[in-house]
Amino acid sequence: MGLLEGKRILVTGVLTDASLAFGIANLAQRQGAEIVLSGAGRGLSLTKRSAKRLDPVPEVLEIDVSSAGQVEAAANELGREWDRLDGLVHAIGFAPQSCLGKGMFEAPWQDVAKALEISAYSLKTLVAAFRPMLAAAQGASVVGLDFDASMAWPAYDWMGVAKAALESLSRYLARDVGGEGIRVNLVAAGPVRTVAAKAIPAFSGFEDTWSQRAPLGWDPTSSEAVARTTVALLSDWMPSTTGEILHVDGGFHAIGA
Amino acid sequence: MDKEAAFEKFKSCAVEVLHVPEEKVVPSARFSEDLEADSLDVVEFVMALEESFGVSVDESELDGVETVEGAFDLVYSKL
Ligand SMILES: NC(=O)c1ccc[n+]([C@@H]2O[C@H](COP(=O)([O-])OP(=O)(O)OC[C@H]3O[C@@H](n4cnc5c(N)ncnc54)[C@H](O)[C@@H]3O)[C@@H](O)[C@H]2O)c1
Repeated sequence: MGLLEGKRILVTGVLTDASLAFGIANLAQRQGAEIVLSGAGRGLSLTKRSAKRLDPVPEVLEIDVSSAGQVEAAANELGREWDRLDGLVHAIGFAPQSCLGKGMFEAPWQDVAKALEISAYSLKTLVAAFRPMLAAAQGASVVGLDFDASMAWPAYDWMGVAKAALESLSRYLARDVGGEGIRVNLVAAGPVRTVAAKAIPAFSGFEDTWSQRAPLGWDPTSSEAVARTTVALLSDWMPSTTGEILHVDGGFHAIGA
Repeated sequence: MDKEAAFEKFKSCAVEVLHVPEEKVVPSARFSEDLEADSLDVVEFVMALEESFGVSVDESELDGVETVEGAFDLVYSKL
């Protein structure tokens, strides 16, 4: 029997088959979950194409997290199909070009605000919209994807600040929804070659240091490790873990140099 | 599949995904300048090509591919 047998899970953030969320969706299905995807804006047609590479082909909802109307419509639509939501995967990140690779003094507040809204605040937006369905599951799990924000990185700049906000927010959300049996955790992933990652100027530099320094090594072409840990968090096997950040990075975070 | 038929198929993918008129899809056309395709357009176009030709294109193979001819040769070499 699969780890997620009978579970109903919404997976956001599938763009291509390289997306971390694609690996998660694929593994969740193989572990018995029924899944629905969501895509946004310009990327929605790609999400629909990528959905066809999953078996069975999941439904795709349109959720641009900056549109309150779309979020509400999607929650209503899913609520008509499912009486509960056992899992919610937040795999959403975006920052305007001025926020990446230009140091901290270039980006105007409007751009920083966009990065924070899409990459951090959206976790609150989604949890709020699906909260009744998550509560109905009596033991639901929310998992977000993070990039370790405890230090400054080359080029990551305002996206790093957004991830720090996401880390903090996940703890506060864990506090506020714990009473409904909802867990909120993050997976801090090592670098994987996705569309979002390629928008970061110093990305290939990260890759090399990472595989050398991580005690377990690191494969930047595979989402499998991230998918496995996310599935574990979505399962019933981490029932008392919330407000936590699990590193899936080959152990890189534990090594100084 | 002969080269001409393959190019016709390639062209119809480009018309459908990149929303460009057929006559613009010539070997020398550059994706960003001539076809006004951004990086997401190119990613989606490659996915459409994979589906319609039944091939698989690794993203690393796309490095340095800037024209219709470059992309077509890459796909055709896999048939
Ligand atoms: N790839 C890495 O190296 C890495 C490492 C650590 C954490 N992450 C995080 O993983 C998550 C997924 O990214 P990925 O690397 O798989 O790249 P990706 O490009 O495949 O996914 C990013 C997703 O964000 C979505 N998105 C952007 N703006 C949106 C909006 N307004 N509304 C809804 N969705 C929106 C896109 O549609 C896309 O699906 C992000 O939070 C990213 O920061 C990635």
